[in-house]
Amino acid sequence: MTTIEMARTRRDVPLGRRRRMPAWGWLLVVLVGLAVVSAIRLFSDASNLTSAGAIEAAIAAAVPIALAGLSGLWSERAGVVNIGLEGMMILGTFGAGWAGYQWGPWAGAFFGIVCGALGGLLHGLATITFGVDHIISGVAINIVAPGITLFLSELLFTNAPGGGQRQSPPVSDVFKITINGLTDWLGTIESKDWFFLSDLAGIVRGMTTQLSALSLLAAILIAASGYVLWRTRFGLRLRSCGEAPYAAESLGVNVIRYKYAAVTISGALAGLAGAFLVVGLKFQDGQTRGLGFIGLAAMIFGNWRPGGLAIGAGLFGYTDGVRLYDSTSTAMHAVVLLLAVALVIVAALQLRRGNRMVALSGLIIAALAAWWYFSIDQVPRQLVVAAPYTITLLVMGLASQRLRMPKADGLIYRKGEH
Amino acid sequence: MGGLSGRRIWLGVAAPVTALVGAGIIIVILLLATGHNPFDAFSAMGGAYSDPSVVTGAINQTTVFYLSAVAVAIGFKMNLFNIGVDGQYRIAALVAAAVAGAAFMSSLPSVLRIILTLLVAVLVGGVWAGIAGWLRVTRGVSEVISTIMLNSIATALIAYLLTPDRLAILMGNNVSTRPITDGGQVPNFDIGTGTPLFSLILLAALVGVAYWFLLNRTVFGFSIKATGLSETAAVASGISVKKMMFAAMVLSGAVAGLVGMPELLNGISGSYSLNFQTGIGFTGIAIALLGRNHPVGIVFASALWSFLASSSNALQSVQVPKELVTIMQGIIVLLVVIAYEIVRRAGIVLEQRDVARQLAVTAAREEVAA
Repeated sequence: MTTIEMARTRRDVPLGRRRRMPAWGWLLVVLVGLAVVSAIRLFSDASNLTSAGAIEAAIAAAVPIALAGLSGLWSERAGVVNIGLEGMMILGTFGAGWAGYQWGPWAGAFFGIVCGALGGLLHGLATITFGVDHIISGVAINIVAPGITLFLSELLFTNAPGGGQRQSPPVSDVFKITINGLTDWLGTIESKDWFFLSDLAGIVRGMTTQLSALSLLAAILIAASGYVLWRTRFGLRLRSCGEAPYAAESLGVNVIRYKYAAVTISGALAGLAGAFLVVGLKFQDGQTRGLGFIGLAAMIFGNWRPGGLAIGAGLFGYTDGVRLYDSTSTAMHAVVLLLAVALVIVAALQLRRGNRMVALSGLIIAALAAWWYFSIDQVPRQLVVAAPYTITLLVMGLASQRLRMPKADGLIYRKGEH
Repeated sequence: MGGLSGRRIWLGVAAPVTALVGAGIIIVILLLATGHNPFDAFSAMGGAYSDPSVVTGAINQTTVFYLSAVAVAIGFKMNLFNIGVDGQYRIAALVAAAVAGAAFMSSLPSVLRIILTLLVAVLVGGVWAGIAGWLRVTRGVSEVISTIMLNSIATALIAYLLTPDRLAILMGNNVSTRPITDGGQVPNFDIGTGTPLFSLILLAALVGVAYWFLLNRTVFGFSIKATGLSETAAVASGISVKKMMFAAMVLSGAVAGLVGMPELLNGISGSYSLNFQTGIGFTGIAIALLGRNHPVGIVFASALWSFLASSSNALQSVQVPKELVTIMQGIIVLLVVIAYEIVRRAGIVLEQRDVARQLAVTAAREEVAA
């Protein structure tokens, strides 16, 4: 059989059970989603749903989560579960604080990456060389990392100018990108309060005003990770270590080296996620607030794929950003209604697929949310904090689960033992 | 096989000892590198135990750690990673404290009040974990994600409920639930050290025995272990994996609900306030792993953890940051598993050598016979 014939026969075979949505389909989804948000904004007079400021806050909240998720993606694609990325992130915050206050934010980011990568190497040493259970090693790193950073911060920052036992001196910010002419013009459209157009303008303005160079770097890294992991030989081999390490070994792939590369990159990305929190602020104890775990959740939510994890981080960052920016909490009130509408849509989609029970529970929760929306004027201050977590949980529970993790994820690999 | 079991014991002891020594060496290097005197640091830590109230406090803390670690271990036995013990015990403690402090309780007999408090805690912990369990079995949502989310939701919910017009009252600068009145708490053991010994240590022991019994002497425990070891084999032998998963998760949460009880029923304040201990759920994960999910192993692990932690304050007298202890704990977790792995491999090598020697002897005999 010639190559041409093979190519032809392969085309006849369906690619999978599920048809892939074309690009215009996604665009349509986004446009309809934006229209819904816009309608709700007008209905409940909550301009902060799509105001430029809220979007800026959302980006700032989403970036560290996305980077942490990306960190998890690299290591899990090579078959190493990285629950220790929270600890690596903490190491990153320390490195960024220590170098950042002395030599500026970029040095801080660099040292954050280095410290995170060291954490990744430690995880690699334990899991790959010594064959330790991945979870145990990760948990141990999550204990050691805050311990060692606080130990060092007491020694290094206590007498530094503006520092303290549990915080570093302030670190300056990296440069920010603002497209001046465009943002002014968009600001005018945003202030008109039109349906759809003002929302679009607000979102674009939020993305082009005071955009941190590190946020841009994060976006590039997500795209680059997708390219490297799925479009290059290196990526294919790395992923083969996560799917079938012994098969990869039989084809001459140096599995151990690829796994080490993956956990080191993973640690570096987690370190960058930590550095992102420090740059423009300072190193503080407890700064990561479990964001590493949220990143991990975003990655699983995104089905171990860069695009998916970006959506997960975006969803989480959006709710968290709006919550932080919205001082009057009218926007969070509107989010409750938005949630109800979204649940109705999800229920309809699930009904079409024949999942009656899921559709029904979606409708019940939607009804409860709608009732709650109309019965209160304001979401209680303390409960607003829970919004991103609740929404993520609801999405996970009601959306279809077609998640598939790398086949050999978390399994211990020993060279030549198969 | 007598000689072999002797070796097995020797190997079993070797691993933790090696890990402790290794952790000690790393700590010495760290101290020397940062310009401290390791001898001073270690003697300060050791000196902390000369105060009997510190020792009692450490035993009390062991009780709390033990309950948390057993809760985590139940999940691990079933291959479920319950990161949510932290949220489960906190929300359970809050609701149980609110019920225990409620006015109607004062008229009830003491025993009934205590049982009711414990029951509420177990129930709330079980329900909170049950959400994650239910999502896992009906919708396939990874319990890792859902319990992480539920932890944060619990934090928010507690902040909401712990306000004066809801479950709490204002006590000076602190908000707390209404303190439990006389008879609602469990009397402590006064062992003459200044710090009373928590009587709920007996509850922890009971939970430990029940955990051992459940795993080794019941069909339920067998099914849990079987499912944890091989899901396909379990399905083939007629075990309903979904049902087991849900049950294990609820059980894990129910035990988690007890974690806050020593502090609530034995502690001085007798209420849930902003000062209530947090983060024990995460400590429990490390301790369960250190104790290898074994009911007795976890006893040693939680004691080690708690005794190390209670010596940390003494470090400050010799100008060493007390986080040294945290570093030590983390290193021990890592080194113990590495040591076990090395010992396991060494054991296999020794065993292979034994077998080879025996085979050689038999082969030689056969040759002679021939």
